Amino acid sequence: MIGIEHYIGVSSILFVLGVLGIFLNRKNVIVILMAIELILLAVNINLVAFSAFLHDLTGQIFAMFVLTVAAGEAAVGLAILVIYFRRRGTIAVDDVNRMKG
Amino acid sequence: MDWGHVLRLIASEELLSIAGLALLLVAAWAGDKASRAISIAAVAALVGAAVIVAPHLCDGASASSVFYGQMRVDAFAAYAKLLIYGSAIAALMVAPVFFERVKEMRAEYPVLVLFAALGMGIMVSATDLMTLYIGLEMNSLAAYVLAAFLRNDERSAEAGLKYFVLGALASGILLFGMSLTYGFAGSTGFEGIRSALSGEISLGMVVAITFVLAGLAFKISAVPFHMWTPDVYEGAPTPVTLFFASAPKVAAMALTMRVTLDAFGTQVHVWQQIVIFASLASIIVGALGAIGQTNIKRLLAYSSINNVGFILIGLAAATPQGAAAMLTYLAIYVAMTVAGFVAVLMLKDENGEPVELIADLAGLSRHRKVLSACIAMTMFSLAGIPPLFGFWGKFVVFQSAVQAGLVPLAAIGIAASVIGAFYYLKVVKVLYFDEPANKVTGKSDWAHQALLALATLFISPLGYLLTKALGALSATAAAALFHAA
Repeated sequence: MIGIEHYIGVSSILFVLGVLGIFLNRKNVIVILMAIELILLAVNINLVAFSAFLHDLTGQIFAMFVLTVAAGEAAVGLAILVIYFRRRGTIAVDDVNRMKG
Repeated sequence: MDWGHVLRLIASEELLSIAGLALLLVAAWAGDKASRAISIAAVAALVGAAVIVAPHLCDGASASSVFYGQMRVDAFAAYAKLLIYGSAIAALMVAPVFFERVKEMRAEYPVLVLFAALGMGIMVSATDLMTLYIGLEMNSLAAYVLAAFLRNDERSAEAGLKYFVLGALASGILLFGMSLTYGFAGSTGFEGIRSALSGEISLGMVVAITFVLAGLAFKISAVPFHMWTPDVYEGAPTPVTLFFASAPKVAAMALTMRVTLDAFGTQVHVWQQIVIFASLASIIVGALGAIGQTNIKRLLAYSSINNVGFILIGLAAATPQGAAAMLTYLAIYVAMTVAGFVAVLMLKDENGEPVELIADLAGLSRHRKVLSACIAMTMFSLAGIPPLFGFWGKFVVFQSAVQAGLVPLAAIGIAASVIGAFYYLKVVKVLYFDEPANKVTGKSDWAHQALLALATLFISPLGYLLTKALGALSATAAAALFHAA
């Protein structure tokens, strides 16, 4: 029987993969965008699983909001990436270093 | 509650969204040459919204929940909104001169600022995790674009990219915490969460609170989640930096207060140690990190991290006095930030190029007496040196911490603020005692001068005339926050 803990387990694994994808990734900014998407999907799994578990619709409505915002976020992120690429000619993560702190 | 009444209560949000959409259409048709007119209209909309929310602040008892507990219209939200709208107006006023020099004044700038201000208004009145998230993202999406607004400037594009990646990560962490909160508390409304948390707390809920606080710490740039701040503040165009350092900080801080004191208000001991750690770490890292900086915008970025630490001391107290002290500090912080960044905007060489290196400011006091006096006053105020108003903010915060029995926290905070004083005074020393570099020779705009004069007047010793009014307003606002709880 698959219970709520299995769903939390899967979503936690996806979340950690997403965070690691942002921090360990040394290649390319597109991968970071994919990792962000992965984090948001992990959250959605959580919300929908909890919603079914609690017999409460709020979580599913929340998931809809998250999906919508994720689409907007991807659009803005890609747009910023495009102007960055136009200027620098590269989207390698190691080259994002004009400013150092 | 009938719809007419609800719609009247959220009139400021309606005004801003309608103004934003209408001006977006104007921007699409009239193009960039209308950007000044659109800026003026946007300022008018923000002033109108401020006029609408002001009565809610004066009349502390008029708190009401709208949209079935999704939002709350009260004195606390009104206080935060007034600060947010004020900062947005400042960011709009200083922008045209800055962007027109590089021919980048585009009509979208005021529209984006309006949408960001709208999102922040929703953030501070949210009493449900969903409203909170929508408001936060509305602000963030506009802010990512604003950071990258100088499309042809490498640093601006990079700042936009960094802000986007780390901001999206922060939203993800916050959202993960919110989904766990929903699962373990069974509700997304702050009231429901509060009543679900009144008994013994489960381990899952502790994890959820930690995630939510980590996400919020990103947004207020508290240590250990501060690393994006210096880069974004340096790279973003200076008017945008002014905006980032003031309005979203106020909004995120107010949001943090509502989440911790209202939703998680029955489990203070769980989040108190996190807040104490973040507060001390921010004060110390902000003070030490600023010492080696050569760029004045980076220096101010570390200074804002440092100030966030001081504001969080009030949150650690978890009392109405602490919340009122935080609100007082926030108002003074906004004035200091505006003064600091407007002064940076006025530092230009003869071609109008911005001067950002601290070394280039050497001996500025010889030929720009008023400007250097204003910078020196801002620095002294940020350092919290008594005759200036910045001291008052620190004083009320420490007072509330001592009253709440957090004497060690207050003591370490005071000791660390001495370290902070070092780099503020270093700027003053460069301005007044170094051999003149004669780099800053450019003329300033009247809007910059007026804003700088207003902000420095507020942080000057004359500001103490306002302590009573400011204290009463922030006490009303804090009482509204605790009354809801």
